This record gives sequence, structure tokens and C-alpha cells, in this order.
Amino acid sequence: MNEFFAMDGYGIYLWPSFALGIGVIVLNVILAWRSLAAAKLDARRRLEMQA
Amino acid sequence: MNWTWFHRLGSPPHVYGFAARWAPWFGGAATLAIVIALYGGLVLAPEDYQQKDAFRMVYVHAPSAWLSLMAYSTMAVAAAVGLIWRMKVAHSAAAACAPIGAWFTVAALGTGMLWGKPMWGTYWVWDPRLTAELLLLFLYFGYMGLRAAIEDPQKADKASAVFAIVGVVNVPIIKFSVNWWNSLHQEATVMRMGKPTMNFDMLWPLLLMFVGFALYFAAVVLIRLRAELLRRERGASWVRGVLA
Amino acid sequence: MRSGAGAVARLVVERDLRLAFRKPSQLLQPLLFFMIVATLFPLTLTPELSRLRDAAPGVLWIGALLSSLLALEFLFRDDAQDGTLEQFALSGQSLTWMLFAKTCTHWLLSGLPLALTAPIAALALGVPADAIWSMVASLALGGFALSLLGAISAGLTLGARRGGVLLSLLTLPLSVPVLVFGADATQRAIAGAAIAPPMYMLGAIAVLGVTLAPLAAAAAVRIGLE
Repeated sequence: MNEFFAMDGYGIYLWPSFALGIGVIVLNVILAWRSLAAAKLDARRRLEMQA
Repeated sequence: MNWTWFHRLGSPPHVYGFAARWAPWFGGAATLAIVIALYGGLVLAPEDYQQKDAFRMVYVHAPSAWLSLMAYSTMAVAAAVGLIWRMKVAHSAAAACAPIGAWFTVAALGTGMLWGKPMWGTYWVWDPRLTAELLLLFLYFGYMGLRAAIEDPQKADKASAVFAIVGVVNVPIIKFSVNWWNSLHQEATVMRMGKPTMNFDMLWPLLLMFVGFALYFAAVVLIRLRAELLRRERGASWVRGVLA
Repeated sequence: MRSGAGAVARLVVERDLRLAFRKPSQLLQPLLFFMIVATLFPLTLTPELSRLRDAAPGVLWIGALLSSLLALEFLFRDDAQDGTLEQFALSGQSLTWMLFAKTCTHWLLSGLPLALTAPIAALALGVPADAIWSMVASLALGGFALSLLGAISAGLTLGARRGGVLLSLLTLPLSVPVLVFGADATQRAIAGAAIAPPMYMLGAIAVLGVTLAPLAAAAAVRIGLE
């Protein structure tokens, strides 16, 4: 198992690299959802003001 | 030829509904593909003769770089469609692609730096491919900056569309620069004429990663596209139905 | 009134030249800026000519790029404000052609003078005398390409807030190839090597620019005028 994390000594580059990739993947999903939620909230408010 | 499907693509409520229905499926498929590919690449694949385990960074670096290019190309095509056929939905799609593409350009540059240090001894070289990828990031910033700076939404759409199209010339430069110039960055091993030069056990996780990233891109674009459509069509009656 | 393409171009060029010479400070500022930038490097880096010579291609070309960004301000700004651009667009003549004429005039007023006065800065940075004319040629050609590319971003930022900063942000990525090949040409000239390869690339970029940039700039201007 330790061998797996060490990755022939390249672990200190490899794991941050994957962390960056996965981080960007997760971040973009969160940002997209937040953008959608904000747009829905905004649209709801406008509809209420019109009603 | 029946063009109804194309005309329906111009209708915001239709596209919104499509996006809402399909995004979760793309997302689910993407997660599955990426998880399996990660296992295949990190655990199953044998280590490389020269790079040992360091080569495994290809499984995050290459798909990120590819996504950064695909996002820009999609953005440019959507922008062109928006300009030519005057489809607001197309402009919304282009806007949706930009932040995703910018982030993955950062990921490509970052993972590339982390791979470059152990392999080349340096975090950065000013070779054509890396420089052009950095320029891609600036092009994304320029696109988003231009959109933000123009008040009128239609003008913002069209002006940023022109800029996206002008900048698309950078994409083939990134792709082919390693063939045109002597570069530290290695040449393509997968997307080339003839068979890929990688061993199959190492290749299939990479291909699956590309597929996973593509599905992921579709899912996230569909989420952002919905947000864009809502923002632009606020007063329209279909919005009422969607929010209920 | 003849309205052939040549006559239209002549009208545009003559008008721009006449207007430009009424405000000579507008023409001198980019040149002065270039000189100041070129001077800052010896002051901050090193006064040793041999080391300055190594940095000279980069310093000269970055200075030329920044100076051209400054000069782009006067390409469309005044005409957009007083409605002339609108007149051009509505005139029934080819806006693309008129903007191309404006861009060429802009180069005559900014890029070319910069190329011709650059030897002063170059000699101060240790560039050997036999490399000077090659450098001037590369700056002239590169400056032409920069004016063409800059016309696109100038057109796009016509209606934007804080257009000046945005103009630079948009122009810089597009200008990098010009910078790279231009600096390479100057570097080779200093080393005594053949400058033909990068000059051909600069030429290719300029040709591409001539065919496509005015079109993109005209599209951009029309969008801004809507």
C-alpha cells in the first residue's frame, strides 16, 4: 500500500496532480450548480415582482 | 432533409428541457467512466519503462488539456452558429463553455508543471505548445472580460463571438506545434495517423478518461446553459412553468 | 464624384493623415513611451552593454508592442465619438476596405515611425550597428501586423467600459506570434545569422492579417454601432 502512495518516488508530484484534476472537476460542478441556483432565484424574484 | 430538430434547438424552453433531462445522465456516465479509468490507470496499468510510475500523470494531464481545447472549439463553433443563424441559444452555449474551458486550461498547465518537474527537471519551458496553452488561458479571460464589459447583451454576444472565432486559430497551433517545431513536449501518441503507439493496458484507461471527460463536459455545459437561458429569458412565460 | 475603391481609400487616408497632424502629441506619445521603456531596462537591470545586448530583442519588441497598444487608442476612438465610423458603415462603400485603409494609415503614423526611431534605443542597448537595419525591417513588418491585429480588438472594444485595459487584454494573446518571430529576427541579426526564416513568418502573419483582420474589424465595428 505504501508503495502505491510512493509511486516509485514520484508520489509527491503525482498525487497533487490528480488532486488538482479532481479538484477542478468538482469545483466546476459546484460553480455550475450555484450559477443555476442563483439564476433560478433571480427569475423567481422577477416573476413575483411582476405578479 | 427534415430540419425541425435544428429549429427546435433555437427554442430556449426546448433546449432547457433537454438540458434538464440529460445532464444527470451525462454526469452519471461521466462519473462511472472516470472512476473506472482512474482505477485502470493508477492500479491496473503496468509502469512505464522510462518514466516508471510518473507516466500515470497522463491520465489527468492529457484529458484536461484535451478538454481545454474541446471547450474552446465548442465555444467558437457555438459562437459562429450564433452569428450566422442569429440564434441566442447558441450564444448562451458559447458563454457556458468559457469558464469550464478556462479552469481546465489551468488544470492542464498545473498538472503539466507537476509532470514536467520530475521528467524534464523544470516546472516550465517556453516551448510552443506550453506557450500556446498559456495563451489559450488568456484568450478565455479575454472572452469572458469582453462579455462582462459590454452592457448590451446582444452586443456582448456578438462581440465576444467575433473574438472567440479570431482566437480559434490558437487551437490547431497547440495541437500541431509539437509536430511543427522541435519541442520538449512529446509528440502525440494517441491521436495520430496509424495506430496509437501506447501499449493497450496503458491505453484503454486513457481512452476511457477522454470519454469520461467528454461526458462530464456535456453535463456541466448543460447545467450552465440552463442558468444562461434563465438569465436571458426572465420575463418569458416558459420560465414560470420551469420554476413551478 | 468618383467612388472607385482607390478613390475611397485615398479619401480615408488623406483625412486620417490631416487629422493626425493636427494633434502631433498623439503621434509622439507612443514613440516617447517606447523610448522610456527602452531606457528603463538599462536603469533597472544592468548598464553593461554586453549583457544588455542579450536582452535587447525582448526589450525592443515588448516596448514596440506596448507602444502599439497605446497607439491603438487613436485608431477608431475619435471617429467613433464623432459619428464618422457610423457614416463609413452607412456609406454603401465597403467598410472592410475603409478600415483597411485606416489601419494602413495608422501604421504609417505609429508602427513605421517607431521602427525608424528604434535605432536610437537599439544602439543604447548595445545592438551592433550592422544589425540595425534588419531590426528596423522586422519592426516595420511586425508593426504592420500589430496594427492589423489591433484593429480587431479596437473594433471589439468600441462600446466597452474601460476599453483601454480590455483592448490590451484582447490584443496580447493575438500578438504573441508577432512578438516571438520579431524578437527572433532581431536576435538573429545581432548574432549575425540569417533573418529570413522569422521574417517569412512575420510576412505570413501580415498577409493573413491583411486578408482577414479588416473583415473581422468591420464585423466588430458594425456590432458596436448597432
